[in-house]
Amino acid sequence: MSDIDLGKRPSANRSGALKSRLTSWDSIILVLTGLVLVIASISVDNFGTSRNFTFMVLDLLPIILIALPMTMIIVTGEIDLSVASTLGLTSSMMGWLWNQGLSIETIIPICVLIGAICGVVNGFLITGLGLPSLAVTIGTLALYRGLAFVVLGDGAVADFPWNYTGWVTGTIGGGAVPNVLILIVALALIFGIVQHATPFGRSLYAIGANAQAAHFSGIRVARTKFWLYVVSGAVAGLVGVLWTLRYSSARADNGAGLELAVVAAVLLGGVSIFGGKGSLPGVLAGVVLLTALQNALRLEDVSGQALNIVTGSLLVLSVLLPNVTTAVRGNWHRRKLRQASAR
Amino acid sequence: MLRSPRTLLSVTSAALLVAGLTACGGTTKDSASNTGGDSNQASAAADPNAAIKEGLKIAFLPKQLNNPYTDVEVGGGKVAVEELKGEYKLVGPNDASASSQVSYINTLIQQQQDVIVVAANDPNAVCPSLNQARAAKIKVITFDSDASKDCRDAFINQATTQGIGESLAKMALEQAGGEGEIAVLSATPNATNQNSWIEVMKTELKKPEYAKLKLVKVAYGNDDDQKSFQEAQGLLQSYPNLKAIVAPTTVGIAAAARYISSSSYKGKVAVTGLGLPNQMREYVKDDTVKKFALWNPADIGYLAAFAGAAMASGKVTGAEGEKFTAGKLGEYTIGADGEIVLGPPTEFTKENIDKFNF
Repeated sequence: MSDIDLGKRPSANRSGALKSRLTSWDSIILVLTGLVLVIASISVDNFGTSRNFTFMVLDLLPIILIALPMTMIIVTGEIDLSVASTLGLTSSMMGWLWNQGLSIETIIPICVLIGAICGVVNGFLITGLGLPSLAVTIGTLALYRGLAFVVLGDGAVADFPWNYTGWVTGTIGGGAVPNVLILIVALALIFGIVQHATPFGRSLYAIGANAQAAHFSGIRVARTKFWLYVVSGAVAGLVGVLWTLRYSSARADNGAGLELAVVAAVLLGGVSIFGGKGSLPGVLAGVVLLTALQNALRLEDVSGQALNIVTGSLLVLSVLLPNVTTAVRGNWHRRKLRQASAR
Repeated sequence: MLRSPRTLLSVTSAALLVAGLTACGGTTKDSASNTGGDSNQASAAADPNAAIKEGLKIAFLPKQLNNPYTDVEVGGGKVAVEELKGEYKLVGPNDASASSQVSYINTLIQQQQDVIVVAANDPNAVCPSLNQARAAKIKVITFDSDASKDCRDAFINQATTQGIGESLAKMALEQAGGEGEIAVLSATPNATNQNSWIEVMKTELKKPEYAKLKLVKVAYGNDDDQKSFQEAQGLLQSYPNLKAIVAPTTVGIAAAARYISSSSYKGKVAVTGLGLPNQMREYVKDDTVKKFALWNPADIGYLAAFAGAAMASGKVTGAEGEKFTAGKLGEYTIGADGEIVLGPPTEFTKENIDKFNF
């Protein structure tokens, strides 16, 4: 826990800082992602086309958006497993409200609000009552999904207006840049700035490293966490809307299991599950790496099961490798100390 | 936390205000026009004399992989693709979720397949992708469960309600020996498929050739093995003169056959209906069941591959009335809305049952 990443390190230890920057997992993952993209573009047929780019962006859209608040939550040492169910509930509500004859322009903000309310419930149970977030969000995972089925049952609502569904799957001016990429870039910038360039963002790392110490140094721990859950819920609600529009299908089972893909990507991006460590660029790279790898392997006709094996191994490796490098670095450091004292 | 409820309140009211403002005027269910979808229906004219192209890339995308029934279906497709000298490919998600198929469709588009044969997990969720595929000159054939009809070129319908109902009535007459009391052992009282088949069957029974046949009861085994078994038992207690039990459900027919085969009614009461050969094999071999029926899943995949090949070769476009030949199955005519009906269900008897493994 001594290795708290507060964004900037003191300049006195510049060469050491550079070395640890280069060997830190988030830079490794960035390089790895770049490598996968380059190799796949060269060796996998049809990978580097603009259409495939659009497909990939659409595939990573839900994961990357939900990963933005999830990164912050995990950095504070908590977790939110109810996101995919929140997505399902908003998708259901969207279909139901649409059937009631409300306009889509009204429905979209309502859906984001529903997501935020789901987050308020999580936030209250966790920070208000002090319950563990893992248990609470596993509970609301089942609860929100259940409510989604109450709202819409096994049915589906599909007749959403073409100009909205078409926007989500379309590209800017019919070119190579998907419309939703604007949304991803905008939200990633906002979350990135908040997390890495504001006092609020830095307080998250302090909370994750030691919540009690953070509390005594004047950080409002409970309040911060509460709002993270509200934001997480609102983003999940927004993704519920986008998901529904992308597939032009509002269903209660939409996004089932997505929470695991998100947590996997966040951990792969170098965020410590114990909190206090990790960066957003690493997470973004993690999401891109997972999506690009799956896309490339599918183009190479690798079966679904093998795909799961690859992503699973990658995840285990992402948890294993940073620990191994830390251990190796620790050993090396101790040996240097021993040599110094022997002299 | 102290200030948060107030902040929350203001956020909520602001959001509601926005919602209220936008409520006046906007796109609603009634005003939305959904005509924007790619409806690139049958653009080129069909050339009935066109030769079937060789080397066509035909990809199968079932609802989910590793399902025994699906394996038989796509197995039939593989045989057909080999006969067509094409390239067979099978891809599919491990879960039958609505959206997981979309990534696979996108991959198939990138690989420039000629034909995609798909069983849609959600008739609408796959639509935008399937239309992208069709825009990329890929022919889309659906089987098992259809996609919305404006995003596929043809649908292989395994059996019509009429066909199944007629077949059930015919087998009942045959198995009862032309006269006497018969009973139906169905699934649940509100099972859509079973009810519509039974309706057709009842209509058939009013015809003169069925005059001596009397349907005494429709029992419901709820597609539960034990309940179906007890219902079969109950039927024979209430109607000792029963000549045949007709079970239009695979669970019901297997349970009824198991009861009859172990009772004194064996050889006196016939069991027939819709069943799976692997479940029914022992009862056919011990003569409890003489004949039962089901569509042959292998033929579904086989027909789908041939339909796709005919379409990709420009022989047919999917318009009503066009004809094509599907190898060993013979000639087919495309029906309304691009539907191709497989034909009457396959009947299984002691003689042919060992040829089927599903």
